[in-house]
Amino acid sequence: MIITKSKPKEVVLRSLEDSKKVFIVGCGTCATLCQTGGEEQVEEMANFLRERSVGKVVVETPCDIRVLKRDLSPHFGIIESADAILALCCGSGAQAISEFTGKIVVPGLDTLFVGETERIGRFYERCRACGDCIIHETAGVCPIVRCAKGLLNGPCGGMANGKCEAGGHTRDCAWVLIYTRLKELGMLKEFMKVRTVRDWSKKAEPQELKTR
Amino acid sequence: MKRVYSGFMKALSEGKFVFTGEIEPKKTTKLDGIIWAANVLKSHVVACNVTDNPRARAYLSSLVASYVIQKEAGLETICHMTVRDRNRLALISDLLGASALGIRNVLVISGDHTTGGDNPGAMPVYDLDSTQFVQMVRGMVDNGIDLNGNPIDGEVRLHVGVVGNPNADPLEVEICKVERKINAGAEFIQTQIVFDVERAKRFLKDLNSSIPVLVGIFPCKSHRIAEFIANKIPGISVPKDYIEGLRRAEYPGNVSESRNKIDMVNVEYFSNFIKELKKTTKAAGIHIMTMGYESIVGKIADGLLDGTR
Repeated sequence: MIITKSKPKEVVLRSLEDSKKVFIVGCGTCATLCQTGGEEQVEEMANFLRERSVGKVVVETPCDIRVLKRDLSPHFGIIESADAILALCCGSGAQAISEFTGKIVVPGLDTLFVGETERIGRFYERCRACGDCIIHETAGVCPIVRCAKGLLNGPCGGMANGKCEAGGHTRDCAWVLIYTRLKELGMLKEFMKVRTVRDWSKKAEPQELKTR
Repeated sequence: MKRVYSGFMKALSEGKFVFTGEIEPKKTTKLDGIIWAANVLKSHVVACNVTDNPRARAYLSSLVASYVIQKEAGLETICHMTVRDRNRLALISDLLGASALGIRNVLVISGDHTTGGDNPGAMPVYDLDSTQFVQMVRGMVDNGIDLNGNPIDGEVRLHVGVVGNPNADPLEVEICKVERKINAGAEFIQTQIVFDVERAKRFLKDLNSSIPVLVGIFPCKSHRIAEFIANKIPGISVPKDYIEGLRRAEYPGNVSESRNKIDMVNVEYFSNFIKELKKTTKAAGIHIMTMGYESIVGKIADGLLDGTR
């Protein structure tokens, strides 16, 4: 899931300084689960903006152009008259809205990471979409995202008592987790393997996937 | 047999028990401080490490400082290179520059995380990790190619070392990691500072290294520094007796008497520490970190230089 966080209200207001008429778009999927862009938050934002809010809708998946088209089309007239769209969804959704409507889109959320949900309000970054997954070698723990330095041959010298130096030794060191789990699984051979450098060229340009 | 390019590696290959020192360039454009420190160190150590943005603080370049120290003070350097601040292009570039300028030893360090440094908003790079850096140097030195196989004009004459941490807990993870760096082609190890000789012994025993290991020590200038390390730096244990010895040696109001006594505490403590390592382990030498207490190096090292391991 894409984890998002609401921008502070004053930041949103500043971004909407020049917009007298604002249309609000929420997200029925990730942002609803994060409680940042669901029905409730969209309603709350509309009340906050009062008369500047000219309309609102929660799109099932705003990052999907087809769904966006379906869910926004009943509101085309009012969107056309708005000065800006306030997007309560991730950056991908916000850009799809901008691309599709041609309107100025103001982000109401910050997109944080691809994460795992423990419960509502507790999310953990678990994937950086590096494009070359190796977690079968690391006992299911991703070193790219869970090691603060993204090391492929960790741990680094900053590990103390099994904890990571980044953030002041509060979080578990990913490489100690990897070592411990590999050991339990009888797979320490994987730990000893020297992992060669990554080919970051795949991530050096905006990525597109076209399978047909 | 691998070629020997540096005085440091030559001494190690001859089985001498060696001492290395450490100089930390600061956030300055002045070079006199590092040259002064190098002149203090040079008759007592075979080489000195030159730090690269330690604790993620942006300081004068380690490569520039290493060159200046070698040229102006005639002291061989072990140039630190962290993988935190530069991607592979910049690291290759610096390694070529180091070799061209006559620097013969590099020590690769992951580097403390940027968020703990003096520009915490910096993007941490970590394009390579220290193990991959070692592999890269091997390709450059042994095969004359860069990381992507591009040929290099001229020989790259460098030795590459890595760090190990005897204080690590769990230690077995650290041992495996250091072994992995040895397998990648590291030529020497310098350890993080350690005060507890038993920890140093356990590390050396468990690692049973096939390459020389220099154990890092840090004589403290005052009991406050020792207490700071004990209380604020996770994982490093400092024996209470040592801290107490420093405290007793401090006479407020009599600076020179105080300094002499503190020196005596350090000389006694670390001489015993080093003698114990020489007697019971395969330690190849001692790396002395000083951070402004360079005068202690000669006092500790000179009494123990017997030319053998």
